[in-house]
Amino acid sequence: MHVVVCVKQIPDPVVPGELDPGSHALKREGKLILDESDSYGVEMALQLVDKAGGGEVTLVSMAPNGEVSGLRTALAMGAAKAILVSDDALAGSDALSTAKVLAKAVERAGAVDLVLAATESTDGYTGTTPAQVAELLGWPSLTFAKQVDVADGTVTIQRQTEAGYDVVEATLPAVVSVTAGVVEPRYPSFKGIMAAKNKPVDTVTAADLGLGANAVGWAGARQRITQVAPAPAREAGERIEDDGEAFQRVVAFLEDLKVV
Amino acid sequence: MGLAKVWVFAEAEGDKPASSTLEMLTRAREVADVVECVYVGAGADALAGALGEHGATKVYAVDGGDGLPGVIGAAALESLVATHSPDLVLFAQTYDGRDAIARLSAKLDRPVITNGTALSVDGDAVIVGVAIFGGNMLVDTAFSGEKPYLAAIRPKSFAAEPSGGAAAAVEAVGAVDAGRAGQARVLERHVEEREGPKLEEATVVVSGGRGLGEAGAYDPLVEELAKLLGGASGASRAIVDAGWVPYSKQVGQTGKTVKPKLYIALGISGATQHLVGMKSSDNIIAVNKDGEAPIFGVADLGIVGDVHKVVPKLIEALRARG
Ligand SMILES: Cc1cc2nc3c(=O)[nH]c(=O)nc-3n(C[C@H](O)[C@H](O)[C@H](O)COP(=O)(O)OP(=O)(O)OC[C@H]3O[C@@H](n4cnc5c(N)ncnc54)[C@H](O)[C@@H]3O)c2cc1C
Ligand SMILES: Cc1cc2nc3c(=O)[nH]c(=O)nc-3n(C[C@H](O)[C@H](O)[C@H](O)COP(=O)(O)OP(=O)(O)OC[C@H]3O[C@@H](n4cnc5c(N)ncnc54)[C@H](O)[C@@H]3O)c2cc1C
Repeated sequence: MHVVVCVKQIPDPVVPGELDPGSHALKREGKLILDESDSYGVEMALQLVDKAGGGEVTLVSMAPNGEVSGLRTALAMGAAKAILVSDDALAGSDALSTAKVLAKAVERAGAVDLVLAATESTDGYTGTTPAQVAELLGWPSLTFAKQVDVADGTVTIQRQTEAGYDVVEATLPAVVSVTAGVVEPRYPSFKGIMAAKNKPVDTVTAADLGLGANAVGWAGARQRITQVAPAPAREAGERIEDDGEAFQRVVAFLEDLKVV
Repeated sequence: MGLAKVWVFAEAEGDKPASSTLEMLTRAREVADVVECVYVGAGADALAGALGEHGATKVYAVDGGDGLPGVIGAAALESLVATHSPDLVLFAQTYDGRDAIARLSAKLDRPVITNGTALSVDGDAVIVGVAIFGGNMLVDTAFSGEKPYLAAIRPKSFAAEPSGGAAAAVEAVGAVDAGRAGQARVLERHVEEREGPKLEEATVVVSGGRGLGEAGAYDPLVEELAKLLGGASGASRAIVDAGWVPYSKQVGQTGKTVKPKLYIALGISGATQHLVGMKSSDNIIAVNKDGEAPIFGVADLGIVGDVHKVVPKLIEALRARG
């Protein structure tokens, strides 16, 4: 079985985000890391290939400046190889442009049974890319999976719903987006980290994928930011140290609000 | 007035329209001359009254069978949009709403603006407001390409208010061919049991986080306090991912947005992704043993203390009042 995992490389979420004052795009200058949300997809893919008794996991990523740090992390977990799309023409790409690039990259990966992605990324979190990729490929998409099984050319998932979950299935090839917690991602071993250094990363441009400059990047986005403003801040109120009696202050607060 | 025609991708909860649908209809009728819905599922007739009351004059109803509503919806919308030319189609930032907007955007080759919390029309410009960085910054984005514009709006961004309109006319749409995508089939539906009010609708929400220490502390502290206050229980993602409580309880960026009269956070640090789901609550009480926890930055009443000490006493005091 050949599983492709879409992995996004993002600025470290621990560092507060910043917008470029000119373009209003998220600054992505520093080192990028593997989006933790995608470590679940990578782990799921490795487990599915294991269960199928053979095959491999290919990563696809779109990132600026030939960034591979996050890809190396996922390769160290056990993925076999990666396709990286990196091109100045892709700066400012919106979710649909990103999906066009990823769909082409999936096609470049050859015969693919399954594409995995996270339900949403940590930095942009539009949550639309996986289903857009599926639509562009003409494949079914099973989104918000909290469990994934593959057997006999069919993928079956438990799909998160407002009320609980649904069991949903489709024939392969298909795109599945997985929620955090679907599986427990492994930590790369020392051996894995060493091996990852020599695993192939096929670095390509938008043109290599046959995408014209109008389809992607700023030109493709067709939306413009008209205003950026700080949100009205909420004021912190009263704060007390619990001396054993703080609960009484809470009771008084509840009484004032008339919720008791 | 702003736009000629706005559509809302309607969703149902049981036999009623989802509150997110009614919220979007309320805002849509303020910016458009004509507001209509597209709905995938059974029982459109039962929804028509409430949809009409909130401003929709028509519902295009699609029988989705056992297909995924978002997938069938996008296929139906592709041809409906071509015939009826709405200026803007609104989707809720929900499971099915996200499927639908994503697929439709790829079909029509139109961009999406997602996670919207505000919508305005200024001359020709249609502007969607999005809160980023955990709600610390507000970004306004205007569409600049061809119509229809596609936007996904986070639930609870607008207040739903009836306009007194008559029931919407239901127009059945014939079978939809979603191609290979339409092969995805729902085989079973599982509904998790819930007591008390719904999380998004409760006037009081009590949420617990990793500071509870263990799964077993959730019931006696969080559930119990919620029950005493006639409220609903919620959670941070940390304890959902840890499997202590089901995902349906998660509050935040990837969970539910709540705006109760009172939100009580027990052992929750206040990460931006949690705050974005609860910081518009009218009142916030936080109990956390770390005086530096960011949750105190938004709390009207902050108790620096141990949940295992403060909450049992609070519960006891409330019980004693009867
Ligand atoms: C604060 C903010 C708000 C934004 N709002 C919008 C908006 O309203 N509309 C819009 O079109 N764009 C928006 N963008 C831009 C958008 O985030 C980027 O275009 C991004 O490239 C793709 O979208 P996403 O990260 O939201 O993907 P999501 O759909 O949230 O990602 C889901 C999954 O798809 C896969 N994936 C996504 N991107 C990549 C990638 N580059 N490489 C490999 N796999 C990937 C990953 O598995 C990821 O977890 C926004 C960006 C920011 C920072
Ligand atoms: C893409 C993405 C989306 C996310 N979406 C969400 C979301 O929707 N909702 C969400 O909640 N999170 C979300 N998160 C996760 C978020 O970043 C935090 O990791 C999470 O909210 C932390 O949960 P917590 O506050 O319970 O745990 P922690 O951050 O570990 O905090 C526990 C707190 O408990 C306190 N504590 C410990 N012991 C006690 C005690 N005995 N008494 C009192 N206090 C005590 C500690 O001081 C600490 O402040 C998301 C993250 C990402 C990357």
